[in-house]
Amino acid sequence: MSDQLADSAERLFAANTGKAVIRAAEDGTFPQALWDAVTEAGFTAALLPEHTGGYGTTVMEAMALLQIAAAHAAPIPLAETMLAGWLLAQAGLSVPEGVLTLAPVRVRDVLTLRRSGDVWHLTGTASRIPWARDAAAIVVLAEGPNGPAVALLCPDGFTLSHDRNLAGEPRDTITIDAMLAADAVAPSPLAPAQLRAAGAAVRTVQIAGALSRALSLSVQYAQTRVQFGRPIGKFQAIQQNLAILAGHAAAAVAAADMAADALANGLDPLLVGAAKARAGEAASVAAGLAHQSHGAIGFTQEYELHFATRRLWSWRDEFGNEAEWNGVVGRAVLAAGPDGLWPALTAA
Amino acid sequence: MQALNFTTPPPFDPVAEALRHDVRQFLAVEMHDRTPHQRAESWSGNDPAFSRKMGERGWIGMAWPKRYGGHERTALERYVVLEEMLAAGAPVGHHWVADRQSGPNILRNGTEAQREQILPRIAAGECSFCIGMSEPDSGSDLAAARTRAQRVQGGWLVNGTKVWTSGAHRADYMILFCRTGAKSEGDRHAGASQFLVDMNQARGGGMTVRPIIDMRGAHHFNEVAIGDLLLPDDALLGQEGDGWNQVTAELAFERSGPDRFLSAFTLLVEAVRALGPTAPERAAVAIGRLTSHILALRRLSRSVAGMLQAGEDPALQAALVKDLGNVLEQETVKVVRLLVDVEPSEEDGSPPLIAVLAHLVMTAPSFSLRGGTREIMRGIIARGLGLR
Repeated sequence: MSDQLADSAERLFAANTGKAVIRAAEDGTFPQALWDAVTEAGFTAALLPEHTGGYGTTVMEAMALLQIAAAHAAPIPLAETMLAGWLLAQAGLSVPEGVLTLAPVRVRDVLTLRRSGDVWHLTGTASRIPWARDAAAIVVLAEGPNGPAVALLCPDGFTLSHDRNLAGEPRDTITIDAMLAADAVAPSPLAPAQLRAAGAAVRTVQIAGALSRALSLSVQYAQTRVQFGRPIGKFQAIQQNLAILAGHAAAAVAAADMAADALANGLDPLLVGAAKARAGEAASVAAGLAHQSHGAIGFTQEYELHFATRRLWSWRDEFGNEAEWNGVVGRAVLAAGPDGLWPALTAA
Repeated sequence: MQALNFTTPPPFDPVAEALRHDVRQFLAVEMHDRTPHQRAESWSGNDPAFSRKMGERGWIGMAWPKRYGGHERTALERYVVLEEMLAAGAPVGHHWVADRQSGPNILRNGTEAQREQILPRIAAGECSFCIGMSEPDSGSDLAAARTRAQRVQGGWLVNGTKVWTSGAHRADYMILFCRTGAKSEGDRHAGASQFLVDMNQARGGGMTVRPIIDMRGAHHFNEVAIGDLLLPDDALLGQEGDGWNQVTAELAFERSGPDRFLSAFTLLVEAVRALGPTAPERAAVAIGRLTSHILALRRLSRSVAGMLQAGEDPALQAALVKDLGNVLEQETVKVVRLLVDVEPSEEDGSPPLIAVLAHLVMTAPSFSLRGGTREIMRGIIARGLGLR
């Protein structure tokens, strides 16, 4: 991505995201100023083709923006709005303005679409929907009579019960009973498993961002916290832990790169799975080491480490944890067999 | 954060992929009778005839200028050949060190005569190198090296002892790291230099190579006693006193390649063979995890190859790749042994999985020692983070 775009994103998130904004968001106040700035900058449309309202950014650039947003713990549905718009555009539906999100996100939640005269009837319950309470519309991937279909669902079509992830991000349950106009529904270009893979890809990118934040906070703390007469970062035990943390952070960046690649090129389950699983493992190890390096202060609400680590602990489980995705990867290479294993890796 | 500054690896390249196809065809023929147990030796496997065949194909010294026997291919093309060889368990040990670090060092620091004399022979697969760094009292602390070269009439007189010198008993050359001057106040890295030692001459007088047998019973290591070894003036490699900088740059080549995370790949292949497509979910998850790690490492390692090609100095990134890679290699052994109910053995007639597992159980401890210990790698990373 161009340095210019990265720099402007850094500036935007640094100026509009801070402890106060994140805390207010966790207390239920949507960060409208931040969202307006992000929308104004075109970031929410970064995954859209130009003819559907995009600005010609590549998938790689869109994911780089998302990584920066995550590094700042920006408490907004940027990933969800990007991805929902991306799905609408692929289905040939127009992309509305405002906050968008996706449903369903859990494997067992199935939404059903039935023909009812010249309109569609959408029903079902979906849990853990990111930012459903704030969404202008929810992009639904439903089971239709002729296979998966994409539908645009407005807030008057569902009831809501609030839920949150460990980072305090909205993860609501929606119960849908909605009649949808014919032009709000289209055959889906993606199967449910592919949408799950796309979700895993964006969470992978976000994990890399939050991990880079956890690393830089840990390094800064080790350089300034003095015990036994010197900064704790001068002790080899701390240095070795932070080196391990840096290794996992770098692996997460590589995983984010793989995820972006996959999102741009057909969502190869082997590549997405390896990316999400590797990033998830990195999140687990690195969050633990970041807290260990900080001692008690990192455990407080006052200090900001938890904005990164609570996101890591949430995102590693969203759209499939390490067991699920490593299983996908393992099945793929076991099917490839001993002679097909290496060719499968180099083709991924 | 500098530690995370991995540039995006070079994109898909049809030329490199065509080359990959050629390499696979070559390996299908050349490797057809090589057993899994032999393949498990990875880049420690030594076969001069195999190296010559690779030289004939133009697969050694690939990125070097043609006037030195190189082929002016890209870093990515070279990377493809390396990883294909390692994934297949090809016996590349004869030329590995020369191709990986000694040749690039000579190309960067050598005189025109040194380049012309040696590089074409390396590229032909006819010339092997050993690394004269470690000493009895200088392992991780390379700056403590005591072997000394003293200027005398007509050259340099060397005295000292090198140890853990893999392949010194058959190498054609050693790149010797030693003291040529005093450490200066506040700079213990000053006063070191590198020399090109013709091993065939040296073993004839001034150098005694004694085998050190490893715990598997194999002979890779040696102790190299150097007593009044006379080196000609033109044996000096690079600048006198610049040895520390040269050796540091050499280590970036040594530490970042696919040889730092594929040493246990043959075991993964044999595990996949033994488990089969209907393996239980627990096994699929475990195999998948190792695979996910390999994919991420491959991306990091290819990124470093691209940075080396661009003339950057990715010493920090190389240390990071080596540390992550060695953890994965050792993890492969831990994970696979719990998926297959076998007792490891390298005795003749052992089935492939059992022999490969045994080989790796016994060699894996060396993975996080050779080329710089895990703790040293993490120290380098910590310095890159600004902690030292």
